[in-house]
Amino acid sequence: MSEATGIYALWYREFKVFLREKSRIVSSIINPILWFLIIGGGIGSSISFGKINYQTFIFPGILIQTALFSSIFFGVYIVWDKKIDFLKEVLVAPISRTSIFVGKILGGSTDALIQISILLIIGVAFVQTGIISGLNISITSVLTSMAFMFVAIVGLVSIGLIIGSQMESPEGFQLISSFLIFPMFFLSGALFPINNLPPWIATFTFLDPMTYAVDGLRGVLVGISQFSIYFDFLVVSAFSFVMVLIGIFAIKRMKL
Amino acid sequence: MNKIEKYLRKLNDNSDIMPIIQTKNLTKFYDKLKAVDDLSIEVEEGEIFGLLGPNGAGKTTLLMMLTTLRKPTSGTATVNDFDIAKQQDQVRKSIGIVFQDPSSDDILTGYENLKLHGMLYGMPADLRERRIKEVLELVDLTDRKDDLVKKYSGGMRRRLELARGLMHRPKILFLDEPTLGLDPQSRERLWEYIENLAKNEKISIVITTHYMDEADKLCDRLVIIDSGKIVAIGSPEKLKKIIGGDIVILEVDKPKIDELKKLSFAKKVETKDGLLYLTVINANRHLPEILKTVGKVKSVEVRSPTLDDVFIYYTGKEIRDDSPEGGWIQRVIHQRSNR
Repeated sequence: MSEATGIYALWYREFKVFLREKSRIVSSIINPILWFLIIGGGIGSSISFGKINYQTFIFPGILIQTALFSSIFFGVYIVWDKKIDFLKEVLVAPISRTSIFVGKILGGSTDALIQISILLIIGVAFVQTGIISGLNISITSVLTSMAFMFVAIVGLVSIGLIIGSQMESPEGFQLISSFLIFPMFFLSGALFPINNLPPWIATFTFLDPMTYAVDGLRGVLVGISQFSIYFDFLVVSAFSFVMVLIGIFAIKRMKL
Repeated sequence: MNKIEKYLRKLNDNSDIMPIIQTKNLTKFYDKLKAVDDLSIEVEEGEIFGLLGPNGAGKTTLLMMLTTLRKPTSGTATVNDFDIAKQQDQVRKSIGIVFQDPSSDDILTGYENLKLHGMLYGMPADLRERRIKEVLELVDLTDRKDDLVKKYSGGMRRRLELARGLMHRPKILFLDEPTLGLDPQSRERLWEYIENLAKNEKISIVITTHYMDEADKLCDRLVIIDSGKIVAIGSPEKLKKIIGGDIVILEVDKPKIDELKKLSFAKKVETKDGLLYLTVINANRHLPEILKTVGKVKSVEVRSPTLDDVFIYYTGKEIRDDSPEGGWIQRVIHQRSNR
């Protein structure tokens, strides 16, 4: 019981802080919209895939991009907590490190899901006003997307926490995390179809767990996908499960 | 320790006070550096116990081990009769801590920080609200409770953290350099709170500091440690008696040291930084004779011994106040200036 209150406490703190740092929310929303409007609009003016225009095509990819960046980046806050003594205050409380990890995961996932929800709402607005067409928006598709996103985000927040738990400085965190974030984003097929890639890119693409997140989400929201949605969901779940396990291990052996 | 052992101990000790903290040959290595070296100390229930020593003496490491944040390399310790390695959860429930660096979230309000703490310690909501009210009043922060901690002064923040450390009614409160980086007024105010706590709440307090005056003022007993080892242990009065006299500091052109050494009441004669340090029994009475003997005196100072002198007596070095071991403010400034 007290473990559950402890987990709730950690979530409560992350959530409060997230709501107070308005600039964080705003910037996390503005960037994807710029990607969508400028990259999507620019490239889309000369490229389309059959009936699907490019902006519609990359919409799921942009959602995953947002999840990827904000989830992994969430790990930097553990480095900041380490820099002041806040982390010690948490570690010296009578709750297990596993609970601390779970509380952090829930906090980070909530942040990312709120950002995603705002983007989805903006997406719906774009559909309504006719800025984009071909997005399959229904209660089922939105709920399925959110479930998909949640599973992916849990794994991504874990990656951030794994890096954060082992780093001493925010600069170090930035460096290591960008080595991961950018390849994961570019290889995921967020910006291009993956069915016709040169073999060497294809190899890496199929190794990137975000490929399956993008593919699944695109299946749900746009109706085109390379694999079956169930297969995508399975791969993403397996990825997140493994990351959570590694994360618990990392937080248990985290030194102060 | 089983019951029979405890009983026998009581008989032998001739006292019914059990140590609330007991360390046995506690040792901690960082790679090859021995931070805490075979330390065996006891802290009694209800006392303010000081860990005094220069930076890097091993005070914080000792504290981290007693609060379960680091594991000892060898040796054992019990806190409130719980083993620090085997019964971490019980130890954690028995203790409260005010860390050296700020450990409250400054984007949350004072109240929210306390609420968070209450939840982390698994308190039911009604009890939590009651305690929050109580401890806020104790540290006079009730009317600032809904302000973001960002807007607090350094002293207020430390008081909030003190309140937080008390919220779950610990048996032992650890304070790690509680007044580091505070201005003199805030320092004295914090001292008052700490003294009142010991008096009214019957709580045992372990305080680490490198400020000698702080240790002298607050502690019932203290241990001076240097390089991880015990240098001296006892009450401040007892430790100062070791010096066995007053300190006379003289500025003299060509001091006649040999003749001074012949004086029966001069226990110790030393020169340091061009000044002459004498340890003298009953200095007020013997000062005229010293002045007559030593030569042409430029200036003279007589004072009672301080814990500084005790430290110098045992280690031959001084504890310097001017190099705090890096509160976060110093670290931030240091980093900024390094860029």
